[in-house]
Amino acid sequence: METYIGKSVKRREDARFLKGAGKYTDDIKLPGMTQAAFVRSPYAHAKILSVDTSAAEKAEGVVAVYTGSDACGTYGVPCGWQVDFKDGETMREPLHPLLAKDKILHVGEAVAIVIAESLELARDAAELVNVKYDVLPAVTCPKKAMESGAPKVHDQWGDNAAFDWCIGNDRAEVEAALASAHHVTEMNYKNHRVAPNAIEPRSYIADYDVNADKWTLYTSTQNPHLVRLLMCAFALGIPEHKVRVVSYDVGGGFGSKIYHYTEEALLTWASKEIGRPIKWTSDRTEAFLTDAHGRDHIVHSKMGFDKDGKIVAHLTDEFCAMGAYLSTFAPAVPTYLHGTLFQGVYTTPLIHLNVTAPFTHTVPVDAYRGAGRPEATYLLERIVSKAAKEMNMDPAELRLKNFIAPFNGTTEPGYQTQVALQYDSGNYHASLKRGLEMLGYEDFRKEQAEARKNGKLLGVGISTYIEGCGIAPSAVVGSLGARAGLYEVGHVRVQPTGKVSVFTGSHSHGQGHETVFAQFAADKLGIPMDDIDIVHGDTDQVAFGMGTYGSRSLSVGGSAIIKSIEKVLEKGAKIAAHKLEAAEEDLEYAEGKWTVKGTDKSISFGDVSLTAYVPHDYPEGVEPGLDFSSFYDPTNFTYPFGTHIAVVEVCSDTGKVTVKRFVACDDVGNVMNPMIVDGQIHGGVVQGIGQALLEEVVYDGEGQMVTGSYMDYAMPRADDMPMIETDRTTTPCPHNPLGAKGAGEAGAIGSTPAVVNAVVDALAHMGVTDIQMPVTPQRVWKAMQN
Amino acid sequence: MIPAKFDYIKASSVSEAIGLLDKHGDEAKLLSGGHSLIPAMKLRLSRPEILIDISGISGMNSITEDGNEIVIGANCTHAAICNSDLINSDLNILAQTAKCIGDIQVRNRGTIGGSLAHADPAADYPAVVLACDANIVVEGKNGSRTIAATDFFLGIFTTSIAEDEIITTIRFPKVANGNYQKFFQSASRFAVVGVAVVKEGSGVKVGVTGVAGTPYRATAVENAYSGNSDAASHAIEGVEDELMSDHFADTTYRAHLAKVYVKKALEA
Repeated sequence: METYIGKSVKRREDARFLKGAGKYTDDIKLPGMTQAAFVRSPYAHAKILSVDTSAAEKAEGVVAVYTGSDACGTYGVPCGWQVDFKDGETMREPLHPLLAKDKILHVGEAVAIVIAESLELARDAAELVNVKYDVLPAVTCPKKAMESGAPKVHDQWGDNAAFDWCIGNDRAEVEAALASAHHVTEMNYKNHRVAPNAIEPRSYIADYDVNADKWTLYTSTQNPHLVRLLMCAFALGIPEHKVRVVSYDVGGGFGSKIYHYTEEALLTWASKEIGRPIKWTSDRTEAFLTDAHGRDHIVHSKMGFDKDGKIVAHLTDEFCAMGAYLSTFAPAVPTYLHGTLFQGVYTTPLIHLNVTAPFTHTVPVDAYRGAGRPEATYLLERIVSKAAKEMNMDPAELRLKNFIAPFNGTTEPGYQTQVALQYDSGNYHASLKRGLEMLGYEDFRKEQAEARKNGKLLGVGISTYIEGCGIAPSAVVGSLGARAGLYEVGHVRVQPTGKVSVFTGSHSHGQGHETVFAQFAADKLGIPMDDIDIVHGDTDQVAFGMGTYGSRSLSVGGSAIIKSIEKVLEKGAKIAAHKLEAAEEDLEYAEGKWTVKGTDKSISFGDVSLTAYVPHDYPEGVEPGLDFSSFYDPTNFTYPFGTHIAVVEVCSDTGKVTVKRFVACDDVGNVMNPMIVDGQIHGGVVQGIGQALLEEVVYDGEGQMVTGSYMDYAMPRADDMPMIETDRTTTPCPHNPLGAKGAGEAGAIGSTPAVVNAVVDALAHMGVTDIQMPVTPQRVWKAMQN
Repeated sequence: MIPAKFDYIKASSVSEAIGLLDKHGDEAKLLSGGHSLIPAMKLRLSRPEILIDISGISGMNSITEDGNEIVIGANCTHAAICNSDLINSDLNILAQTAKCIGDIQVRNRGTIGGSLAHADPAADYPAVVLACDANIVVEGKNGSRTIAATDFFLGIFTTSIAEDEIITTIRFPKVANGNYQKFFQSASRFAVVGVAVVKEGSGVKVGVTGVAGTPYRATAVENAYSGNSDAASHAIEGVEDELMSDHFADTTYRAHLAKVYVKKALEA
């Protein structure tokens, strides 16, 4: 019998994607559907003096125009995570209105919505809305936002802080250890802001059915149930059981489609007002201006070492932008998804991180591929490499000296960090050794020395990352401020013919759930993959779900499905035992059938399924049917780790960086489909290299985004990238049934510091110690001049 | 990404197009490949009342030899220029330049006439027409005239074409020894710096784009050339006060790149 786990099964979903036959929200056309266009502010900070919609209302084809003065202006979208101030003050949580009423707080904020018979007419009419603004000074830098006299984002509070937070050991203790350290390495830099750039822009259709008194929201989201919950319970106050949220195919999210956006709630509200469906699809400019961005931390950090190179203490202060409002998970990103990873893979005995999270006159910042962990990894991996240079040590050697010893999490306990978490299992030495071997590190160092003699600037950069995925359990994250649980739902419905529908609360926006989930379900059920269908993305079909982000789908969503499969097999065994006239404990299940041990008496999965639905000859006390749902709440996060090594060449004339080689040795626990994991790693690595070399959202002094199109925002292209050499070590997760850790974000977490370390290494002999990301030709050239 | 309303007329001859331009004046825009105009219209930064499509005019997309000159129709696409045997053998510098414009889709639609008329300060062709001493032939209601490349570019998005005139052809002398060197802007792939060098006997002609608001002939480099290895250090002489600056390249870095790329082109 064919098995599937561990095999590079081709993706089932690709046939429709490659044929252009995917079903994205914008592909849906409903009878009577109208189109919306938004009037958006061209200013970052302004008072709204007046909004005149009279001309727009009279324009051809206009169905309705709404502004912040209409009923929708009193509603706002909620934040899903609460982080209170260190002194106990509650997190400052402004109303995030569906339409701005009195004040504009970032460029692109919506002032009015125009709904018309066609998109063209909606756009034309939107131009007729006359908004008068009183423009005010803006602040876009999170550090400047905390300076006295900085323009205030929300007038109701004394300063721009949304909250502040700290984690780790006592600050004084850490400072004392630094003061007496043999060597202290310091870094001051910005982990700059990037835009998510999903290839499919956000797209929504709200459809209120007046006869059924029900709404359907079609939305390009990563988590339909959460959108429904937040919208019904918090944004609009409408009954959850009357709302169906559907998201069919979604073309990428990278975090930006986790959140409940104002446009979703506004369209849903307006659809009932006009009694017709309304569609809105963001264009690329709107995506730059309104999709939640990532990163934007200003970092000041010091790491102390003893004379042998052992880390003795690490102290960091950060200013982390929230943007104009608190997006759904924004407060969690620079705190519980960031500070909790400051242990890295090192035995650092004393750690303290202090975070100030200000509002700024920019679009909100939230989780972006890696969410807090890339920022933590960038700091740790850069500062350790910088320290190695300063202490005249090899960066690989310094890492090996400080690594946490291997532990499997079963016979050896997990590793308790100084920053709240307990790592599940890890073997960091093996990972780095394999990475160095893949690269041929010793040989490269010789090549580099030779090249330098000829004026060629080659550098190598190492990054040994760890991250936390599948964050859980719910009770713990609740105590940390999460306003939601972080479990997942897996529902296995065996049909009478033995065919199986698997319903999952996870949601694919490109990861390949339909393939991978069917692979392990087929193996566990002992039936062909073709007999299994994976259903997701519809709140009317799937009981509940927390969606896909944080590399959680397989480890959390997969485990929920396994739980239901176990229930199916347990009940199936009762039915089989009855049919085979044997005791349950005398049966064994393999290859899709129950067999009486030591005999050739057996009954197939299909026959048991049919019996369950046609229960004529049936065990007493057992319900008909074979249909189980499970909620899986993990006992811990999972902790993937790995080694990324970049080799770069820097052009001495122009400062342009070329990545010559990229080695990625990742440990994501057990692997279901190596091809898909490689694909995830490749995509993540490209995104991480993109941040290191190319991508940056730039706001000018007035809060205008100067990188609002692909003419100015440098997206990585294929020819910017090296071949990516991948391999893996395998350290299974000890606490979930698949032993999986997660692979979606690893590439983006490990790669960025590897590239910047390599660039700095290439220029080290010129005295270059750091370069601000993205390391553009101009920045590199300037660093070479100083 | 929906343009404002506009009317559209497809012209079938140059004289028809000129007549329409004369009639509609400021309200009209010529459409050829549309690769600069259409994006600007979709963002509603440009909102012409009427588009006069000249892409179908016969005779405007030929590449022919006329004595020692190569005559290129204004509607020739960058791809046609890349793929022309005549240009590859007798005006190779232009093929090199066309190959580094945009991507395949852009090269298949964008035209040399459209690019020159648009006069983007970071476009590639200006450096080459300047270095080659090409002539731009325009036609208007008062007939046809020839504008030397050195008189053609007046500033950012500004040329010496009159309002009722259309570029019909570009006449290049054959060039045996020339090359184009470009430093790509990482997002748009326009030229941060583009340098075209044409060598004739012991002399050299140098065209520079991307550096100043107006593309220019680096005459100081040309004068210093003749065996002087330091000629490239004069790359920005005369335009020091007009250097462009953006977040990819400020004036200091751009000036440096200009020297590096002039040197590279001189030595190629």
